[in-house]
Amino acid sequence: MRVSLKWLREYVDINVPARELAELLTLAGLAVEGVRNPGEGIDRVCTGKILGIEPHPNADKLFICRVTVGSGDDLQIVTGATNVKPGHVVPVALEGARLAGGLVIKKARLRGVESRGMLCSGQELGLDAGVMPPDQAHGIMLLDPDLPPGLDVKEVIGLNDTIFELDLTPNRGDCMSMVGVAREVAALLGQKMRLPETRLAETGPGAGDEVRVEIEDPGLCGRYVARLFRNIKIGPSPRWMQERLRAAGVRPISNIVDITNYVMMELGQPLHAFDYDTLKDGRIIVRRARKGEVLVSLDGNERKLAEDMLVIADPGGPVAVAGVMGGLATEVTKNTTTVLLESAFFNPISIRRTSRALGLRSESSSRFEKGVDITGCRRAADRAARLLLDLAAGVVAPGAADNYPGRAAPRTVILRPERLEHVLGVSVPPEEAAGILRRLEFQVKDGGRKLLVTVPGHRADVSLEEDLIEEVARVYGYNRIPYTLPCGATTRGTRTPRQALEWTVRDCLAALGLYEVVTYSFTSPAYLDKAGVPQDSPLRIPVRLQNPLSEDQSVMRTMLLPGLLEVLSRNASRRVADLAVFELGKIFLPSRSEPLPVEKPVLAAAAAGKSPAGWNRPGQPYDYYYFKGVLETLFDRVSIGDYTLERKTGNGLFHPGKAARVIAGGTEIGVVGELHPDVLENYDLAEGAVAMEVDFGALADLAGQPRKYRPLPRYPGMERDLAVVVGRNVPARDIIGVIRKFGGPYLREVRLFDVYRGKQVREGRQSMAFSLSFRADDRTLTDEEISGHMAAVAEALAGEFGAELRS
Amino acid sequence: MERKLLEMQARALADLEGAGSLDELNEIRVRYLGKKGELTGVLRGMAALKAEERPRVGQIANQVRDKIEDRLNERTAQLKDVIRRERLAAEILDITLPGTVFNVGRLHPLTAVTRQIEDIFLGLGFSIAEGPEVELDYYNFEALNLPKDHPARDMQDTFFITQEVLLRTHTSPVQVRTMERTAPALPVKIIAPGKVYRRDDDATHSPMFHQVEGLAVDRRITMADLRGVLQVFAQQMFGPETRTRFRPSYFPFTEPSAEVDISCVMCGGRGCRVCSHTGWLEILGCGMVHPRVLEMSGYDSGEVTGFAFGMGVERVAMLKYGIDDLRLFFDNDIRFLAQF
Repeated sequence: MRVSLKWLREYVDINVPARELAELLTLAGLAVEGVRNPGEGIDRVCTGKILGIEPHPNADKLFICRVTVGSGDDLQIVTGATNVKPGHVVPVALEGARLAGGLVIKKARLRGVESRGMLCSGQELGLDAGVMPPDQAHGIMLLDPDLPPGLDVKEVIGLNDTIFELDLTPNRGDCMSMVGVAREVAALLGQKMRLPETRLAETGPGAGDEVRVEIEDPGLCGRYVARLFRNIKIGPSPRWMQERLRAAGVRPISNIVDITNYVMMELGQPLHAFDYDTLKDGRIIVRRARKGEVLVSLDGNERKLAEDMLVIADPGGPVAVAGVMGGLATEVTKNTTTVLLESAFFNPISIRRTSRALGLRSESSSRFEKGVDITGCRRAADRAARLLLDLAAGVVAPGAADNYPGRAAPRTVILRPERLEHVLGVSVPPEEAAGILRRLEFQVKDGGRKLLVTVPGHRADVSLEEDLIEEVARVYGYNRIPYTLPCGATTRGTRTPRQALEWTVRDCLAALGLYEVVTYSFTSPAYLDKAGVPQDSPLRIPVRLQNPLSEDQSVMRTMLLPGLLEVLSRNASRRVADLAVFELGKIFLPSRSEPLPVEKPVLAAAAAGKSPAGWNRPGQPYDYYYFKGVLETLFDRVSIGDYTLERKTGNGLFHPGKAARVIAGGTEIGVVGELHPDVLENYDLAEGAVAMEVDFGALADLAGQPRKYRPLPRYPGMERDLAVVVGRNVPARDIIGVIRKFGGPYLREVRLFDVYRGKQVREGRQSMAFSLSFRADDRTLTDEEISGHMAAVAEALAGEFGAELRS
Repeated sequence: MERKLLEMQARALADLEGAGSLDELNEIRVRYLGKKGELTGVLRGMAALKAEERPRVGQIANQVRDKIEDRLNERTAQLKDVIRRERLAAEILDITLPGTVFNVGRLHPLTAVTRQIEDIFLGLGFSIAEGPEVELDYYNFEALNLPKDHPARDMQDTFFITQEVLLRTHTSPVQVRTMERTAPALPVKIIAPGKVYRRDDDATHSPMFHQVEGLAVDRRITMADLRGVLQVFAQQMFGPETRTRFRPSYFPFTEPSAEVDISCVMCGGRGCRVCSHTGWLEILGCGMVHPRVLEMSGYDSGEVTGFAFGMGVERVAMLKYGIDDLRLFFDNDIRFLAQF
């Protein structure tokens, strides 16, 4: 909502600077988003009359104008504009003039002809093309031809003004009008309001004799006021009206249309003018559209109407979509002699649905949507009638056809001072509260220990005591409310173990070199192809959005990894090929039994390339073993001991020989492995990549096994190394199992410290070296106690795996 | 014999003086004092001496041995000292070479900021509540006093799954779920961080972003309490000199409602480009829980009051770190992530 302060002053005296007023309004809930002085920076532009126009001798597209600006010699000015004629009065930028956008005008020669100034367009004076008449939108602005030359154009077109841009909240439809804003200003400044003049002289037969208004659906139309204007003389509206409409962002069109727009801007009540003679039988029927009905709207488009849309009809059919757009056939034209003026209250929800369905949002529909003042329909019609007379654009028939099925008693709401204090935490004296409400045009009666407050028609948003409390608080000043902290029963501010675990996991992975990322929860179904997910996978059945922004964001993710691989790929394309990332987020799986999908938290990580290298230490490749190490460290950090890794097969995302399932508590809770070469290719990850995904819920269920202290050993242990050569396909875990089984009662730990495959061993074999720790709790072991077990281990390994001892 | 001994002593001492390394010293020790050394050889000749001469010569031999040994030890210590000094003099690092590179990642700035927000409110006695991201229309809108066709639904463009199921447009549904679960017990003091979704994608809007919701319900919760709690939050998050300002606003689920501004983190309130020269930055929306919301969630609005607030985590992070492009958060460029 644009508010011209010049216009606003008509209704209320403003005794503070504009900036201060803006601040006051903002702190009272009418946010002033911008303050603009349209004339600022414009200087030395005056009215000038075109005396003559000649073609330019050296240029087809230029003309030489002789212009008088009142004083001094006539000026010779070259222009490219084609819409000026001798006799026109136009804005003339004199030598040294400054225009909107900072342009400075100097004496110039254009193709050899001297030009002493410039004729200006509206835009050059800071006006939007949208508020200019179509013939002037791309040409010189044409002023009232009766204006004398030499006047300051800023005065003439109303640029000496301050414009507030209000960002109104949806509940304050009442402030989508000058009078509504003035009411707030008056309340805030403690000033009196001046309401627009509505008294008028009526002539001729009464409107009620010639107009009948029938409302078929009172639920959708609470009131319909029709006034009749006769002897209409269509012409332009006066300069002051055009100026105000432009300031409000509305294009002046003709006196009748301008009056309806002016009253809408002034009082917030949208009006519609019909050419009365095009209406059949002078009858207005407010009803729902019938199946198959169409209407050619003002903009010339044929609109298909649906049965839940409210229309204004005559006996011949719809003539307007109520509150949204008029019809072309009943439009006021230059030949119109009699006007039927509509001032109505339409159901806000119905208007909202209809305007959305038709894709038509207008100044009018946006006001009806928020609810206009049903008690003010007649006043708005009267105000328009008064303006019609002021403009001498016609005469007003006595009375109005006023069909008012939605009439209701004014609402009374009780305000208890102790409740006011209970909600705000500050004591506002009842007299002060009453005074604030009265200034906002509420009627307040003392009801003993409470206030009986009658809500004015323009405040349909107020219906509860809390609404009144807000009214009092916002004018009293939110910032006068003190700062306190809640008192009452103590509360424990703690994270649940699960919430704490999320941070433990994040910190652990970051400490292990992984960067946390946050990726979108929605994704493209095609990403599963890219990640090699089998066609028959249940992950292929996603939760689908009805109205996605794009196919790329059309389904909720069922996996985190594709998103992480995108991150690796994107960074690689920016020449960061070495990178490890993780994300803790939700996946979404459709539920058969519940309306909402299952949301499962998942921990995923992926890495490509190698860890950072320094001059004194090489980087380590991000491979299966790196991530297995990450997984082991993480599980240790969150106290999960009981899990195994089993070979993973049959998943297209991972390399078939380099991936494992994580088994804990008897179920698979995750996977870890290097990516399948096809997938690497899809993501342009030439260097290889590794990934893991763990069901975070399962992790949380297993985590947090309590840690118990074990006494430190009192006697030294004994270390023995054992290197064996076995077949390459013998898993380390099996060898360790045998070592443990035959290592005797004092074997505490088996650690694999070397794996060798090369020339020193035969083809197809590998050497594995283990370090075995033996220890007794009650004494120092002797060699003899160990060597027997070492021999047993060697024998068992030879028997089990054909292992040869390496010396 | 005596002469022989003294002559040997003189040679040994001269050799010791001339020795330049521990090896040489050792050689000298072997040569003179070893089992097959000269001294032993000389002593072996003692058998040929007369018995009365033996003690005297033996004494001289012992003196010679002691003398050589003492000197040998002195020389050893001297040489060791020289060698250590030489070694230390040679062992000079380029202390300007970079330190060992450790592989350490970082938290995403949004989760790092979320944790800070959580910690502040945990300290104020709030606990952390969670709710689904795919939500029922009922919890996202209706139970928050936003019936179908409410114009304020326009404020939040919604992604729908079905007519009744949608991606939550704010974290406020967690308020309702928490109150439903808790009612009629008191007090309720929670925050609810999480992802939210709106159908909007441009330079200043992301279709997915993060909010932290707050809710306190009790018998005597006031708007002054709301102001106090948010003031504490703002000062802990943005520094003790931060000021807050409440502006009336409108949310269907609170009444009275407010927007909260903090004094500009860049200019301290004097006015700069970041705050559009107003000195203030909008940071969150809040208000007193609407009586209808309390009633729908199972509380008697005559008995209890509550406050609620909701803030955008991206907004807080942008202000805190001076980030000027929202899209960076979800692009996950390592050069961005490595900065926090």
